[in-house]
Amino acid sequence: MSVDAVLDVVAAVCLLGGALLSLAAGVALVRFPDLLSRMHAAAKPQVLGLLLVLLGCALRLRTGVDVTTLVLVGAFQLATAPVAAHMIGRAGYPHDRIRTDLLITDELAAHLDRLHADRRA
Amino acid sequence: MSHDPPPQRSEDLSPPPPEDLSPQRSGDPAPPEHPEDLPLTPAARRRNRAVAMIVLVTVWVLLWGTLSWANVLGGLVVGMVVLTVFPLPPVTFAGRLHPLPLLRFTLRFLRDLVVASVQIAALALRFGHPPLGAIIAVPLRVRSDLNLTLTAEALSLVPGSLIVEVDRDAGILYVHILGVRDRAEVEQFRRGVLELEARLIEAIGSAQELRLVREHTPPALEGTSR
Repeated sequence: MSVDAVLDVVAAVCLLGGALLSLAAGVALVRFPDLLSRMHAAAKPQVLGLLLVLLGCALRLRTGVDVTTLVLVGAFQLATAPVAAHMIGRAGYPHDRIRTDLLITDELAAHLDRLHADRRA
Repeated sequence: MSHDPPPQRSEDLSPPPPEDLSPQRSGDPAPPEHPEDLPLTPAARRRNRAVAMIVLVTVWVLLWGTLSWANVLGGLVVGMVVLTVFPLPPVTFAGRLHPLPLLRFTLRFLRDLVVASVQIAALALRFGHPPLGAIIAVPLRVRSDLNLTLTAEALSLVPGSLIVEVDRDAGILYVHILGVRDRAEVEQFRRGVLELEARLIEAIGSAQELRLVREHTPPALEGTSR
């Protein structure tokens, strides 16, 4: 097999793996019980899935101009996905979108109670 | 981002952005409590701007895809406009890059990202009880904005953990962890967060931050913190 063929195969594996992970992330979004666990699904398999798809594209395209753009897409995805998940988690936290019966411990609730007490005082 | 910091050492750590972004704090007039909340020296400000400029030019060149003088000069112009028109709160990079620990951090991060993705995928496809979680408070040892941000970002992408809230003044991260079964596992996660912070500081921290992290190694992971 030539080098090109090998690269094509690797690219195909990356693309398929990335697509499968994104599918798993979608399934997790539907099946997980509450907002916080869904955010895990949105932050992790989806990011790795996208990175794999980008890697597959880079291996298939093999031109410098395209690859640098893909690098930027990956870097910004890594930087922004956790922030997005954090913002949604934070917006949902004080309200009843969280299944507290699924939490072993909640140290944020104690912190918020303390803050409210401070503010009243 | 591969840039060498300029040679002058500035020992000041994180100066605060002008406004506090934490919503719970909006009510109380939190005075600056940390020694690092000092105004920037002109040298430190120049250094900050230089680092921001290098990052912006790198992004610009990557967008165009070819490294040429025209792109670099164009990037410098755009970077200057961006820094003038949208002055950001200063993010102080007080450390320097350590190549080997940085490589170790990156490899471990990639491994964790893969493990995390597979774990979530497996949880999603598993039938039975919904996975248990917990929210824990982890006080970080280095309170600089950059360390808080990078630790939070890396944490959100590794197995089990996700940032819910950040107490910037106290340097506390509130972490939601998924897929734990009991208290012991929760404590294990708490140590994991501190280990992640230690790896990050080893990679990009200043000498002062390194000392801080090494002196306050939690007893249970003495010797394994790298």
